[in-house]
Amino acid sequence: MSDTLTPTSSLLKIQRSTFSPFFSLGGVVAISIFFTLAPWMLAASWVSILSNFFILVIMATMWNLLAGYAGMISIGQQGFVGMGAYATLYFALKGMNPFVAIPFAALACGVIAIPITFLLLRLRGGYFSVATWVVADSAMLLVLSVAYLGGGTGKYMPGLLTLPSTQLNHDVYLATWIGAFVVLLGTYLLLRSRVGLLLSSMRDNEVAARSAGAKVTSTRRMIYVVVAIGCGVAGGVLSVSQPFVQPGNEFQLQFAAEMLFATMIGGLGTIEGPILGSIIFFALQQSLQNWGVWYLVIFGSLAVAISIWQPEGLWGAIRNRFHVELLPVGYRVKEPRA
Amino acid sequence: MTLLNILVEGTLIGGFYALFACGLSLMFGVMKVINLAHGDMAVVAGYVAVFLAPKWHVAEIWSFLIVVPLFAILGYVVQRTLLQKSIDRDPFTTLLVTFGLSVIIENLLLAVYSANGQSVNIGSLVSKSFQLNSSTYVSYVALTVLGVAVLVLGALQVFLSRTNTGRVIRAVSDDREAAQLCGANYKHLFGIAAAISFATVALAGISYGMMTEFVPTSGGANLLFAFEAVVIGGIGSLWGTLVGGIALGIAQQWGAHINPAYQILFGNFLFLIVLAIRPQGLFGRKEAMA
Repeated sequence: MSDTLTPTSSLLKIQRSTFSPFFSLGGVVAISIFFTLAPWMLAASWVSILSNFFILVIMATMWNLLAGYAGMISIGQQGFVGMGAYATLYFALKGMNPFVAIPFAALACGVIAIPITFLLLRLRGGYFSVATWVVADSAMLLVLSVAYLGGGTGKYMPGLLTLPSTQLNHDVYLATWIGAFVVLLGTYLLLRSRVGLLLSSMRDNEVAARSAGAKVTSTRRMIYVVVAIGCGVAGGVLSVSQPFVQPGNEFQLQFAAEMLFATMIGGLGTIEGPILGSIIFFALQQSLQNWGVWYLVIFGSLAVAISIWQPEGLWGAIRNRFHVELLPVGYRVKEPRA
Repeated sequence: MTLLNILVEGTLIGGFYALFACGLSLMFGVMKVINLAHGDMAVVAGYVAVFLAPKWHVAEIWSFLIVVPLFAILGYVVQRTLLQKSIDRDPFTTLLVTFGLSVIIENLLLAVYSANGQSVNIGSLVSKSFQLNSSTYVSYVALTVLGVAVLVLGALQVFLSRTNTGRVIRAVSDDREAAQLCGANYKHLFGIAAAISFATVALAGISYGMMTEFVPTSGGANLLFAFEAVVIGGIGSLWGTLVGGIALGIAQQWGAHINPAYQILFGNFLFLIVLAIRPQGLFGRKEAMA
């Protein structure tokens, strides 16, 4: 996991990770084994909370890739969540196993996103944001008028009722966990690649990046499509975890709020941030569950306060204070110890 | 005579969209801020008119007399504190902060006043209308709102082009640093623009409550319509916003005429088509795009 480059004529050392790579890799493997075995070790209520947690992790990670790395603030990603859910439903109605349909549904979202980028990427800043919202709204209204997909009332995901309920819960959990793992791993590898370097250069100075030959628009387009696929995964696993698929449920604006708040609180532009933000969201939601919608008020106020006074988020604060990175994507220069 | 019906209904609702949108357009034009909480401020104004105004012994129909000045003060204060802080950081933060505010306001209203529909009580006036032909009726309330929209837009136009403060606001919006060098206090002027924006959106919110029922989540949809009206008409053009609102209203009525489920969809399509073929809007200048 680490590439250690040693410049020839200097005592400075350049390395990726703060920890020994075996340590990081071992940690990731241990956590992966734990989450894979979780349904056999934890109570059923915890398993369903974890499922919802992983769905939020997927959405927040994708939103972070879009806003924190590619500089596009979207408030319309719930559109792709909804499309992912409905594409899964469509494939399932055609006779496919819903779990098998999820990756195909996600890819379908990516295909749909390509023409949309040609409209949206002409816009900047707030224009882009509201236009993404209009696109999501239109997608919902279009789905609403298709009777085959249940119209406004919704439709039950076929092929799930025949499964025994414990097996269904396990399968749903594994789908959300694998979805989150794949999305996180993909994001991590993408940001470590050449594209990650391109994105940081665009984020720091777009004009300079352009003049140095960075293909800014096509990189943005690629990221938008990747994020659409990721949100499609979130929608697919959502549609099996809450198998009554309904437009108001799958396309809700609250998803946009949750992914945005989780990312802002955790730390925009860091891989760890959205995960930390999602943990805080679920901690708040569980501890305030008897208080109705107040958790969203508190969570939102926290996000607003953090974006004004601590724009790097909690993970940014931790990273700057302790100089640690759990999932490093950049390089750091290390001075030799005296 | 369905065509006449569509045109009349579309124009009436378009006047409301323009009234709703002019504050959004002003704030965007002056300080390059898209206030994503704009729609929710209108809903708050509606709730103040329904729940608080009667406590202060003001009839709901006259509530705008106190709610509008109150919102102007609120706008100035919010701009000088929260919004100015986020503008000082970057446009990115402003979007996040206003979106956060929007979600906070919606959920606070849900927590305090529940999801029940409310409307501003104006007695029997709500159903009064006159007849144009056998199938076309014009509601007095909607006609009044259209009239108010034209008045407000006209007054804003005069304010921006004839008064001293208006001229300085335009100077700041054209070139903030040059205006500052000439002695303009841009933070104060931003506050005034926000005050006007909040006052007009309060008026729009109360008008909305007179025409139909509203719930805590009504703000989002109305923000979309207002934004669509601004973009269709063209950023930086007040009368363009009126034309954009009316075009949006007519598109929506046309969609509703084909199938009631297509009402909002047709409006969205008009917006997306304008974005695709004329992104600066019908009356906008290209350089006004952010």
